[in-house]
Parts: sequence; structure tokens; C-alpha cells
Amino acid sequence: MRMNGAQAVIESLKKEEVDVVFGYPGGAVLTLYDAVYKMGFRHILTKHEQGAVHAADGYARATGKVGVCIATSGPGATNLVTGIATANMDSIPLVCITGQVGTSFIGKDSFQEADMCGITTPITKHNYLVKNVEELPRVIKEAFFIARTGRPGPVVIDIAKDVFAAELNYTYPTSVNLKGYKGDFNGNEAEIEVAVEAVKAAKRPLFFIGGGLTLADMGAELQKIIEQTGIPVTTTLMGLGCIPASYDGNLGMAGMHGSYASNMAIMECDLLMGIGVRFDDRVTGVIAEFAPQAKIIQFDVDPAEINKNIPVDYKVVGDLRWSLPIFSRKIKSLSDDFKGRFSAWRIYVIGLCSKVPFSYKHDTDCIMPQQLIEKVNELTDVDTIVVTDVGQHQMWTAQFYKFGKARKLLTSGGLGTMGYGLPAALGAKLGRQNNTVVLFTGDGSIMMNCQEMATAADYDIDVKIIVLHNHVLGMVTQWQRMFYGKRYSQSRLNGKTDFVKLAEAMGVAGYRINEPAELELILQEALSHKGPALIDVMLPEVEDVLPMVPGGNRLDQMVLGRDVQ
Amino acid sequence: MKKYLLAVLVDNKPGVLTHVAGLISRRAFNIESIAAGYTEEVDVTRINIVVSVDDQLELDQVVNQLSKLIDVIKIVNLSEVDSIKRELVMIKLKATPQTRADIINVVNIFRAKIVDVNRENVVIELTGEQSKIDAICEVLAEYEIIEIARTGAIALSRGPIPAKNA
Repeated sequence: MRMNGAQAVIESLKKEEVDVVFGYPGGAVLTLYDAVYKMGFRHILTKHEQGAVHAADGYARATGKVGVCIATSGPGATNLVTGIATANMDSIPLVCITGQVGTSFIGKDSFQEADMCGITTPITKHNYLVKNVEELPRVIKEAFFIARTGRPGPVVIDIAKDVFAAELNYTYPTSVNLKGYKGDFNGNEAEIEVAVEAVKAAKRPLFFIGGGLTLADMGAELQKIIEQTGIPVTTTLMGLGCIPASYDGNLGMAGMHGSYASNMAIMECDLLMGIGVRFDDRVTGVIAEFAPQAKIIQFDVDPAEINKNIPVDYKVVGDLRWSLPIFSRKIKSLSDDFKGRFSAWRIYVIGLCSKVPFSYKHDTDCIMPQQLIEKVNELTDVDTIVVTDVGQHQMWTAQFYKFGKARKLLTSGGLGTMGYGLPAALGAKLGRQNNTVVLFTGDGSIMMNCQEMATAADYDIDVKIIVLHNHVLGMVTQWQRMFYGKRYSQSRLNGKTDFVKLAEAMGVAGYRINEPAELELILQEALSHKGPALIDVMLPEVEDVLPMVPGGNRLDQMVLGRDVQ
Repeated sequence: MKKYLLAVLVDNKPGVLTHVAGLISRRAFNIESIAAGYTEEVDVTRINIVVSVDDQLELDQVVNQLSKLIDVIKIVNLSEVDSIKRELVMIKLKATPQTRADIINVVNIFRAKIVDVNRENVVIELTGEQSKIDAICEVLAEYEIIEIARTGAIALSRGPIPAKNA
């Protein structure tokens, strides 16, 4: 079919079953936006390109599909950078289409020119510069394939302005032919056999699950294994929800702000099975003494993750959708009484959960942040998608919101991007219209992309924005309190911004909660409001996220909560 | 630190060298040299990289990280197999009537070639393993070296099997 490059892009998006794109128009993508207009493609106009890319990311995390965003050349494209890096660190599938100046203008420092392939090479799974319209269908096909297969990740397609206008005979390829990337990640079954033997030999085994399990949607498969064997499980921030928090062998999050039980179990287990984890420094404590008594097995789709941070004893390289069912089947076929054999260990670690649970000191005069999260947890159902920004509120959410399903916590784990939450929540809601979407944010984070409240209002995207308003950059002040002699350099906000008025000015309903007595009532009212709403919750300035493993310490050298000390 | 020569076969596409070089720099890998060129297949470029690593784990990281690049087709560690390694050097040297005979002597001993002669200087060309190149450079340091250009090492395995089928 004869069409121009812009139409070819939209046609290809349809072929990839993309139902919505997020973006912002500009000079280099005018022809593309003309096609969006003519072809009636669903497009969400955010207020900033960073909003568009985070929204595409939130959409991808909530749905498991590829998120798509569009930006113009130069500043439009560079505004995507933080969002692309965010997605890259958490292995989120995105296709980012950026306009580039016309082919004859490339390399001349032309108006609104930026070398997007150069800029995004370190933060993408792959990128393309398209200077010839004939390449466009193949490149788009490849981009979606690369973004969603194997270890997912963002792909940038930088398209020269004149390519959008140039005509081609359009056909969309049915298959991808890349010499160095096949996209099938079945590994070597013998490696799984070794893992099974390790389980047979173990006395104190522990599953340690992460974002890879979320991305592979294999929580249920793992659940089968843990139910059969009784092996307890701990999780990273990115693995929360894969195994329901209510499951009693689930010790919760591990790491810097992880649970006592999780961290102690890691220190004491004799077999640690990492499932889709990359042993990030926030989770390991001092590396040399991570799981010191354990043989470590790592299940991962990415061979480069093996031995990257923590040397492992055994590896199972391959897609978890391949390895876990085989692992499960092999475990099932054994006559070993795993449950009986591991029961003392299991009872011991579950006991640690009740010995030192996540806790906080209630106060009758003010609302405690943890109490707020528990209350929201109580008022929302298991299908609620919870989005966070970054900082104390993010950790409290991980500790106190009891996730019952995978893909229900959307958070910038690897990059730790403040300003991620609001646009990601919008994307999540658009991808999952039937789920309640709640954003926990802080008075610091919300201001980084607060312009997207206008997007929520303009498109009537029903997200509930809960601002944990403590007048400080909480995590920064916590570190300053602990390690910098309480010198609160540039971290006390005490802002004059009235978030309720700000929300209302942009067309979002605003609520404020000052007193513990009004907490439940106003939360209920706001959560049942039809349409987007912001709830500004006033909290005390000084409150630490605990437990905490200070940098350079072992996981069992935790600073514990007040009730315990 | 141990050195390994990796033959990295990549798609001959724009941007591929950026992807490879960018990865090496952002992962803080140490490379001694990098040499790229066309191959027997029109759409394949061969990048010969000499990396210097502390241990096997670091070498695995280099190989695994490079393998993740979409345009990388195959990586072969030619230091692990029987292979022929070569590097080319050109040395521009001051040569006076007094020193010229000595220089020619050195050139002959190393089986190098003089590829350009002037009233004041000569240009010497030599191919060989890195140690041989280092040796001639050391000997010629006695004379006045004006400039040196080295290609970095390239290598092929012995026997009939190409790297792509290894």
C-alpha cells in the first residue's frame, strides 16, 4: 500500500496492537501528528515529554505490554532521557519514537537537533536512527520485538523529519531477522537439574525473588513450588506482589529497608535461590558478607547478570517462563518430604516476622505515614494498582501496603526517579481502566511532575494522588539526621504551595487531612470521588524509615524500629 | 591483569561502533586496542578488541555484556584457541646520512620494510605480534622517532574453521 512514513508509523503501531500513545508534538514530528489526526489514533497529550515517557512506562508495567511515546527532536527528545533511563534500569519495554531534523540537516547543529542515538545508547536496549523510509516498517517491527522479548527494555527510534513525509510501498514484515538476537531464551536443562540437586541437599533454603519474576508473570508458577516444598520467600522491591504478602512463608522485602526476617533469613540460609534478581546494592548490604552461609543459585534471562555483583555457585540462564515450569515439574516428581525437612527452618524464619515486624509508634496527635498507608491498604482492594514516587513514602509503601498480586506496585526501583509517580499512574490507569489506581507521593516528589495533574483532569483519568506531606525531603533529612549531624541542608521544604488549590486549579478535586480523626472519613470520600483527586495528608516532619541497614553494613546489622530498641 | 583478544562480529550498520565503544566505557572495562574492518561477508564487520581483565569473572562480564548488544552477532575469544595475532606499525624516524645504515640494519633484522625515504627521515612498516612491535619500537628509540601509528592487534584462528562457526 502506498503511504508516507508517518502513516507507516501509525499503521505499524496498529499492527503491534498499540491502543494508546503518549506524546507531545513539535516541528520534526508535524507530519507524524498529521497522521495521528487523520487516522484518529488514540493519543494522550501530556504536559511535558517526561510525563509522556513515564506514562508509557506505567502503562507497560501495569499491562505487561509495550508502552509507546512520541516526542519531537532536540529538547522534546532529550526530555525523554530520564524516563528512558528509568525504564532501562527496571527492564521495562518501551518504544520511544523521536523526531530528528531532516536528513540533510543532521550533524549541522541545526535548530532543535540533538544526537538521540548518541545520548540514549547507554540507557536503551537498542536504538535506531532512520534516514530511509524503506527501513521504517522493519525497524518498528524489530523495535517492538527487542523491547518485549528476553530481558525487556526501552528502544528508541529516531526518525528524520523528511522520512515521515517520504512515500513507500508499505508492507509490515511478519518476522524479525536479526543475526545477533533471536529473542528465544531457552537455556540448558542440565542447569535446572543442578538446581534441583541443590534443593535436595539444602537444609535452610530461601527463595529471593525480584523484578524478573514480575516481568515474566511467573509468580503463580513459583507459588506452586513454594507450596509444595514449604521454602520461605523474600523479595526485592521489584518483586513485591508476585507472592501474596498474606502468604505466611513470605517474609517481605529484603535489603536496606527490608524486614528483619528477610535480612536474617538471607544471612542464615544455606541455599539462596535468586529468581530474576540482579543483587542491587540496595538489597545486598556489604557484598562480601551477603548470604555468607549459602550456596547461591541465580535464575535469570540475562547471562550478563550472572556473577555481576555477587559470585554465584550455580546458574540457570534462560527465560523464567522456560525454567520455572521445568524446575517445578522436576521438584514435583521427587518423593522427598521437603515440607517436613524444611519445617523447622520455615517455622524459625516465620517466627522472626512476628519477633520484629515492621512497626511504628502511634501518635494520637498526628497521623503517622505508616498508618496512612495501612489505612489506604484497608480501604482498597487487591486489584488496586499502587504507584509511588521516590523516598521515604516509597519505602513505607513497600513495607506497609500488603500487595496480593504482581504488577500492582509500580515504582522506580533501579534509577529512583522522583517525579515518576504521577505520570506513571496516569499510564497505568489508561492501561487498566477497571482497576483503582492510587499514587503515594511526597511533597518533594509531586512537584517534579505536578503539571501532569492537568493531564489527569483534561482526560478525566481517575487516579487518586495521596501526598505524604511532611514539609521535608524525608529520605534526605533521614540521612542528614543519621550521618550528617542533623545539618538539614536544602532538605526542609516548608513550601507555601497549597496542594489542594494547585490540584483544583488544574481541575483535580482536592482534599486535605490534618487530624487522625478525619483520616478514614476523608480518605473514603476522596477514594470514592469519581475522577482524579488529590489528598494532601499532613504528617510529622521527623520520622525515619526503619529498619535500616546503613551503607557498608551487613544485612544483619540493622538499625531496628523504636518498639524493639 | 591478563590480556585477551576478542573477535567481535557485528552487523555492519551505522552506530554499531558507538554501541560497542559506549558499552566498554560505561562498564569501565579496560581495553588495550580496538581495530575494526570489513570481512568476507558484506554486511558483517569484525571488531578486534584486546581487553585487559583481572580474572575470568571480569572476562565473562565483558563477553556477556558485549553479547547483549543487539548488533553483536558473535564473540570469539581468540586467546583461548590456537591463533595468529598480528599488528601493524608505521614508524617515522629521523635518518641522517650517519644513522641511515644502522637503521637499515635494524629494519633488516626485524624483517621490517622501509616504505618511504626522505633526505631527513624514513618511514618503517612492520607487522608482527605485539611483542615484536614493542621490541622494534624499543630499539628504534635510540634514534629520533618523529611519530608512531599502530593499528592494534587483529587475529585469526588456525585451521579451516572461521570464528563465525566456532
